[in-house]
Amino acid sequence: MNRPELAIEARTVHKSFRDKQTGKTEDALKSVDLQIPMGSLTALVGPDGAGKTTLLRLCAGLMRPDQGELKVLGIDVAQHPQPVQDRISYMPQRFGLYEDLSVQENLDLYADLHGVPAADRIERYRRLLHMTDLARFTERPAGKLSGGMKQKLGLACTLVRSPDLLLLDEPTVGVDPLSRRELWQIIQQLVEEESLSVVVSTAYLDEASRCDEVYVLHEGELLAQGTPDLLCERALGCCFTAVPGKGESPRQLQSRLIDHPDLIVDAVPHGGEVRFVTQANVTQEALEPLLRGARTQAVPPQLEDGFMVLLRKRLGAASPDVDSLERQRSIAGPPDEVVIEVRDLVRTFGDFTAVASTSFDVRRGEIFGLLGPNGAGKTTTFRMLCGLLPSSSGFLQVAGVNLRTARASARRRIGYVSQKFSLYGNLTVLENLRFFGGAYGLHGKRLSARIVQVMEQFDLSGQARTRSGELPGGFKQRLAMAAGLIHEPEILFLDEPTSGADPLARRAFWRRITALAEGGTTIIITTHFMEEAEYCDRIMIQDAGKRLAMGTPQQVRELVSTADPAQGRLSMEDTFIGIVEHSRNGSAGHSEVNP
Amino acid sequence: MNWLLAFFYRLINICTKELLAVLKDPSSRVILIVPPLMQSLLFGYAATYDLTDAPYAVLDQSNTQVSRELLARIDGTGVFHRVATLNSSDQIASVIGNGEALLAIQIPADFDTRLAQGQSAPVQMILDGRNSATANSAAGYISAIVASYNRTLSPDAGPLVSVESRAWFNDNLQTRWIILPGMIAALSMIQTMMLTALSVAREREQGTFDQLLVTPHTPLEILISKAVPSILIGLVQSTLVLLVSLFWFQIPMAGSLVTLYIGLLMFTIASVGIGLSISALSANMHQAMLYTFVLIMPLMLLSGLATPVENMPDILQSATYLNPLRFSIHLVRAVYLEGAQLADVVPDLIPLIIISIVTLPLAAWLFRHRLV
Repeated sequence: MNRPELAIEARTVHKSFRDKQTGKTEDALKSVDLQIPMGSLTALVGPDGAGKTTLLRLCAGLMRPDQGELKVLGIDVAQHPQPVQDRISYMPQRFGLYEDLSVQENLDLYADLHGVPAADRIERYRRLLHMTDLARFTERPAGKLSGGMKQKLGLACTLVRSPDLLLLDEPTVGVDPLSRRELWQIIQQLVEEESLSVVVSTAYLDEASRCDEVYVLHEGELLAQGTPDLLCERALGCCFTAVPGKGESPRQLQSRLIDHPDLIVDAVPHGGEVRFVTQANVTQEALEPLLRGARTQAVPPQLEDGFMVLLRKRLGAASPDVDSLERQRSIAGPPDEVVIEVRDLVRTFGDFTAVASTSFDVRRGEIFGLLGPNGAGKTTTFRMLCGLLPSSSGFLQVAGVNLRTARASARRRIGYVSQKFSLYGNLTVLENLRFFGGAYGLHGKRLSARIVQVMEQFDLSGQARTRSGELPGGFKQRLAMAAGLIHEPEILFLDEPTSGADPLARRAFWRRITALAEGGTTIIITTHFMEEAEYCDRIMIQDAGKRLAMGTPQQVRELVSTADPAQGRLSMEDTFIGIVEHSRNGSAGHSEVNP
Repeated sequence: MNWLLAFFYRLINICTKELLAVLKDPSSRVILIVPPLMQSLLFGYAATYDLTDAPYAVLDQSNTQVSRELLARIDGTGVFHRVATLNSSDQIASVIGNGEALLAIQIPADFDTRLAQGQSAPVQMILDGRNSATANSAAGYISAIVASYNRTLSPDAGPLVSVESRAWFNDNLQTRWIILPGMIAALSMIQTMMLTALSVAREREQGTFDQLLVTPHTPLEILISKAVPSILIGLVQSTLVLLVSLFWFQIPMAGSLVTLYIGLLMFTIASVGIGLSISALSANMHQAMLYTFVLIMPLMLLSGLATPVENMPDILQSATYLNPLRFSIHLVRAVYLEGAQLADVVPDLIPLIIISIVTLPLAAWLFRHRLV
């Protein structure tokens, strides 16, 4: 058999889906052309709804394209799915592990399914278990593994036979930074040692930058392709860091920069500085009024910078109008007042301790980030703060009361946006807002006025009569925010509000959040994008229920990178990994910052 | 006063949302209307033990004018047709055994002498017990025929053969008359329980329930908002079945609509209470669906809908006291067929109210206290 040069070759591949409820047809892939060579590590990058999963499923022969030609390993996969499936391995986003079977039994099961000869198994298992570091847990039921370990086991089961091509659909979704790093080590090892062709989809740009070739998908279209370096080059000469002038916080500088989309493509806070990308051909003089004396320094571009240039070109600016959010000072009470007080909070489920004796305070107008790997206890902490879950012991006060036991009316002071932007999908945008407004005791003119206001603030105008279930992801998130803020709460709880959002939408989201904080709203937020911790005034890192570190992002960073200032600032991700690893390795007496 | 007004506003707000959520879903709209119509028609036609064409055999050992007269009455119903006229009792075993006849009637040789002497004259009837429902109903027919024959024989003296009518309020001996009024309660129970069981579970699964719990809505308000639309929908479905039985099957209603609806309202509240408790216990829709299915089967079986409660073993009879459907079916039949008054059905209403008083607060408590 002659070996084809291309692992995947797509010519004007088109796929659309029909929504059964509305009867509307949505294009998942619009005329996509791809040439992925053999033996390479390729990333498909894009936010939710970009078409990554559809493309992978087409390649795996699980669906047929509506139009166009798709060849996998030189075979037309729509005509002959079986010969393709015999030679590829596909790991879907939610891999089908049998939770009640042990690690070993799961491996055996998949080896049987793929007809792996018994003679080959011993060596293959040994290698896979070694690579995934699961050798110690072969007897443990898969259901009892952590999220990261489950993904590694899924990958091992996918690899029980040696495929020619490996398709991985967002293998790192919902996986903490530590496990994420380990998974990528395994993938890279596979590519090097077995000269395997791997196509992996991801929403993380840092992961894409590890690949040979990157394909950027957005709403079913291929925006760009090339090596990570080539994509970076789009922002070449436009990337800078700025140290804010005296009396100014990085967040204020960042807000000012990102509010000028004509000059600035992107700006993010980064370790006490602001990292920004200018439009092409913007002079230093033009920037001066924005920088207000901040010292700038040119830096090499990263993949994310190139990606932002691309997205901005494609989608235009996404700078929200935040004036009214900033002016929204509905809060009575002195600034810096402690509004959330937590002392020795404990939560156990049976003999499992989800949160172990945790204490912290949050002050008015602060953005407080809860960070941690999956199962670290951040969601449990979050739910206890909101009054959704009783604590096992300890003291807890939000806005002066314990929301679990306080009168229902006390809950009027908080707003809550859940992980899945939970809204009533059958109801229109207007009906949702009317319901949540009414639930918080608004009615009549006051309610109508607030609905108009939040619809403007969150860019929902023109969508009033759309069923919220039909809204695209970004709109859903904004509607959830609007619903959570309709009653102008003092404290806003946000549970992973940016997961699945594209970087542009995330910038707009954070711009609104910083404006709210500016206006005096206290914000508690969980996130798994570690870089977003930079927007927070203070963060708390949890692991295995314990508080590992707390302080400003800079203070937390200094816990890890005490030495070697020459290396530049540690990324938040590395900081996080450093702190969690440090604690897991059982080092003695971890020092903490207590501001 | 202000407090009450605010409560009122919030209640209207949350109930509107619930109704919208159900009615805006096209698939749930279909589920609300089609099954009650379809099932009531189906049950009306298919679930019947009535006889239309029953083969029977005769062994007339008396062979007198009196006995022939009795047999002529049986033949004259049009329901029974004679497939065999036997000569000896040995032959009975074979005609019943091979299914040729559903029943055999043996009239003894001394039949007319006994009657003439005013003694009781037994007529033996041998039934094919393999098909007990049909056989029972055939026996009922025969007994009715014999009874009417008795009356013509001696209108003054007591019946020479004591006959008990199987369906007292059902002169036409139509099972439909018994089944359909029962369906008025039973069908709406299936739907309301399913609807409510899924309501909280759906919100838990979609994450909106947390969102609801962090609003100032109290568990009581949430409970009312979940219960009211389901109760309304349940009553609408009962009405659909009622209309089918009144106008399609033309079963006349003896009692008052007001009494019927008071009973149905109490019953629907009790079913909603059970449904909401299931819902509050379940982590997701899958679980809620499973619990509901597991529960509905025994509720239907132990209700007296298809089989009389009195025929069940004692222990199961006691179990029926926990079943709201048992009381509601009894209530609906009493009002619909017997024309019972409100005072007559109080013994059925009290258990329904007790079930509501237990399950509704339980559900409200579970909203917040279920361990996730």
